[in-house]
Amino acid sequence: MKLLTAERIRLLVPSMSLAVLLVAVFWLQPRTMSYTGLNLLFNLAVPIALATVAQMLIMMVNDLDLSMGTFVSFVACVTATWVQTDPLIGFAILAACIGVYALIGALIYLRNLPSIVVTLGMSFVWGGLAVLLLPAPGGVAPDWIRAIMTVKPPFAPMAIVASIGIALVAHWLVMRSSLGVVLRGVGGNERTVERAGWSVLRARATAYALAGFFAVLAGMCLVGLTTSADANIALRYTLLSIAGVILGGGEFVGGRVSPIGAVIGALTLTLAASLLSFLKISPDWQIGAQGAILIIVLAVRLLLNRSEARGTGQ
Amino acid sequence: MSLVRQVFGKPWIWAFLATLATFVVTILFTGGASTVGLAQAALTFGAFSVIVGLGQMFVVTLGPGNVDLSIPATMTLAGTLALKVMETQDGLIWLGLVVTLLTGLVIGIANYGLIKLLRIPPIIATLSASFIVQSAAIWTNRGIRIKPPELLAQFSTASTLGIPNVAWLALVISVAAWVALERGIYGRFVSAIGQNMRAARLAGVPVDGVRFATYVLCALLAAITGFLLSCFSGGAALNMGAEYLLTSIAVVVIGGTAVAGGFANVPGIWGASLFLFLVVSMLNTYGASAGVRMLLTGVIIIGVIVAASRRPAR
Amino acid sequence: MTQGDNPVISVNGARKSFGAVHALDGVDFSVRAGECVGLVGHNGAGKSTLVSILNGGLSPDSGTLALLGRPVERHSIAQARSIGLRCVFQELSLCPNLTVTENTRVAHRSLRGFGWRGRAARLIKDKLDEIFPDNGIDVGRSISGFSIAQRQMIEIATAFTSSDGSVRLVVLDEPTSSLDAGLAGQLLTFVRRFVAAGGAVVLISHILGEVLSTTDRIVVMKDGKVVADRPSAEFSTESLVGAMGSVVRAREARAARDAAASQTAVLSHTSAGRGLDFVARPGELIGLAGLAGHGQTRMLVDLYMAEGGSWRTPAARKVAFVAGDRAVDGNLPLWSIVKNMSVTLLPEIARFGLVDRAAEARVTADWHKRIAVRTENMDNPILSLSGGNQQKVLFARALASPAPVVLMDDPMRGVDIGTKHEVYAMLRAEAAAGRTFVWYSTEMDEVCQCDRVYVFREGEIVAELVGNEISEERILSASFAEKAA
Repeated sequence: MKLLTAERIRLLVPSMSLAVLLVAVFWLQPRTMSYTGLNLLFNLAVPIALATVAQMLIMMVNDLDLSMGTFVSFVACVTATWVQTDPLIGFAILAACIGVYALIGALIYLRNLPSIVVTLGMSFVWGGLAVLLLPAPGGVAPDWIRAIMTVKPPFAPMAIVASIGIALVAHWLVMRSSLGVVLRGVGGNERTVERAGWSVLRARATAYALAGFFAVLAGMCLVGLTTSADANIALRYTLLSIAGVILGGGEFVGGRVSPIGAVIGALTLTLAASLLSFLKISPDWQIGAQGAILIIVLAVRLLLNRSEARGTGQ
Repeated sequence: MSLVRQVFGKPWIWAFLATLATFVVTILFTGGASTVGLAQAALTFGAFSVIVGLGQMFVVTLGPGNVDLSIPATMTLAGTLALKVMETQDGLIWLGLVVTLLTGLVIGIANYGLIKLLRIPPIIATLSASFIVQSAAIWTNRGIRIKPPELLAQFSTASTLGIPNVAWLALVISVAAWVALERGIYGRFVSAIGQNMRAARLAGVPVDGVRFATYVLCALLAAITGFLLSCFSGGAALNMGAEYLLTSIAVVVIGGTAVAGGFANVPGIWGASLFLFLVVSMLNTYGASAGVRMLLTGVIIIGVIVAASRRPAR
Repeated sequence: MTQGDNPVISVNGARKSFGAVHALDGVDFSVRAGECVGLVGHNGAGKSTLVSILNGGLSPDSGTLALLGRPVERHSIAQARSIGLRCVFQELSLCPNLTVTENTRVAHRSLRGFGWRGRAARLIKDKLDEIFPDNGIDVGRSISGFSIAQRQMIEIATAFTSSDGSVRLVVLDEPTSSLDAGLAGQLLTFVRRFVAAGGAVVLISHILGEVLSTTDRIVVMKDGKVVADRPSAEFSTESLVGAMGSVVRAREARAARDAAASQTAVLSHTSAGRGLDFVARPGELIGLAGLAGHGQTRMLVDLYMAEGGSWRTPAARKVAFVAGDRAVDGNLPLWSIVKNMSVTLLPEIARFGLVDRAAEARVTADWHKRIAVRTENMDNPILSLSGGNQQKVLFARALASPAPVVLMDDPMRGVDIGTKHEVYAMLRAEAAAGRTFVWYSTEMDEVCQCDRVYVFREGEIVAELVGNEISEERILSASFAEKAA
């Protein structure tokens, strides 16, 4: 039995980076080592983690969603307006959004379109809709979402509990359920799945719909934290979610994804921002540091993969 | 008859027809009062999209998965750095140009270096590079708005023979790009790689060299646009490149360049750039809100790509 | 006859052609329950086409097909699966990102609901242990972590698992190609047990020893026809090789090129300890033979890539490449014939980075005449040409370049006989003028035209034949190992 399988290496790098960052933050700012401190550190991680899981579901079938940020923003706007005033219509809109995601997935497969360009177009659509809904920042988060997001569970703060919950649910759905296996199979070898009698079209639409569902949750959680919405509230989620998946050990093609890793990746990115501010590094370099982390992780993974390839080659 | 058929067989004709239609509709609404002004504005703003669009066009032509996401960051950094070194003095314009070109060169080399060394898809390589470039831009910009040298400010806002200077410049670059694409060995090689990279390599095309040159070219053109845009608008703003990420890809797609690679066309970039600007101004004159404008842009991009996928070319 | 007289599957008079090539030319084939049938033949004999017809992937142009004795109008993959027919193909068809258990789940729709993972794991683990005792395969690991041999074991075991309905017939296409002798023995023993229990197996293998020892009956195919169908006991290795090849074939007269041997090598490839080294000298016509997929294309591509040119075009290019798999390695599908033909030549006819279009037109018009591409207009798209004419364009692309060595990757696939003879003549003329050709071919009579032949088996050169040593029999016996390596 080999101790370091490919899957374990994939989880090792993100877990290590998170641990190192956490230790560094505690060292620099011991006060964060408390219930409220941790809650503050990881507060914004919940919506990012959800968006990252959504992006991961798309990357699982070898596509990429460049509309994630605008979509989450749009959902936030809907939540702060319709869901607040007319919950029935609000939820109908959100359900329709998930349907649109499934349709996009089907369209991309049927027409053999590049997902990058289609989702880029969709980012204009969601952005436009969001601006129509909320031309200026505003809206109010529904009280019940606000209450859920600010609940204080015993032992560990909400952000941590929620992140673990998201990771477990996504892990069960993608890695353990019999449906998740077929969806990952589509990313790994579409022809095999087709040969075994499955509908690739249905599988891809399902993956997109699930992604839409998680992105909807991301938008709702975000509003719960910020209490009001804005059409540009989550634009950086597109890049953050892609970076989170990669950090968490996901790969661009081949259906190799890790839901737990993706959540860890999202937490790492959130924490990196805090660390930089504790280090008194100018906030100018925060985005740059995220880019550098991404590059370093990719380089480390390349090295690990190479050494592993040498190991099995003999 | 055959001439008509030949003209209508061109992939760029639709972009121009759409441009013409939008122009006429807009002029009709305003009663012809703003014909010259609208044309001037379209040519000016269109010119910026044309220059970045040309770079993106060559990259997209390299085949599926090739896209440069670092364009906005490159534009901002180049504009900021150039204005800084010129210190508003006309005598230092040469230095500003050198810095602009160097910025583009370094980013282009870094982009392809990441693609090649880390063996990652171009979209992720240019994305992570753009994080760092963006931070560098924020850091150098620091919210201080340096004015461009008087001479440059005048040049970039003035017209020659009734046509804006930036449009002339874009025209010169376009002609050069057209020659390289249609008559040059470089254009042949780019197209060959986009059709089938393995076949191109086995036919003797220096694949790495050509791809490298293309990413450098794209970064150079983005840097030049950033330089021009910051001179035109009287200073470099941090978000000035933001809209050009989507625009650069949109003009390539609408202009009739094959998203799957292998086929590019320069006139279409002009048609699409003017069209995109005119759609926005038409909607403006009709009093449509920003949301509707974005929504329609997205719908147009998706519509064009779905329609293009029906073509039997592939 | 153990289980009644109805064959599990039978085809009668099956014909199938792809363009001008008759892949199957009236084949009768049937498999009964409790029978293991060996299917042998050289490349292109029609084995894989026959298998595709059996599993529903292809439908024959004419002929009848019956399942369990009942005639079937339209056969399909789903129908083949429903009567319990499974195929193990040579190419890996597992999802590399999934674990063994998860791949079992993908193969069986009924494995779902609570506890599916446990059921799937038990199903595949039991079958693996049954076929390959002490295999040591951890079914919880993903496929990408396994060696090729282990992947093949998993794929074979997956084919024999049944969750909803029994497995009646399993087609094994080169199942032992990456298994060592011990594992191959275990598999063959299992096949005997499976057959004894009433199952049916079709075994395709280039290792004649295992075909002779495992099967009850051997069907030999050649040129799309069944040329022998007898009980295995009536065959020996020699008689099998004899049945696969033609008895006598008039070989093209070949000019003796003994002088070439003294010249210095223009291209070489060291084998790093596995098999023989490769050497090419000026003016030689070198054949690469052996069964398809045994490393010939790989070596040609390695030879090509080793000459550089990835970053910039070398000043003096040494090699040009003629692709055989036109869609994957050759055609630039959006381009005209002219552009496809001139792409390799571009650096030579460009000035200041611009293509000299007059020179391009001149050169391509010249080759249009010399190689007789059948089109009125060279500006037509490349895909408007027939396969044979596309191939001529690819030949012209390489021959028009100044490269002294031309590598050819089975370039005559799907090319009509007339074109072939035109190209053969041109090759001989060019070789006489001093050009070197390295020619991988799956066609025996093409290999037999060469001055020297390297025979490949399992990725390495196992034999070198010179001049009069080159014969169909010697190439065949070198390509087929008698027992598992």
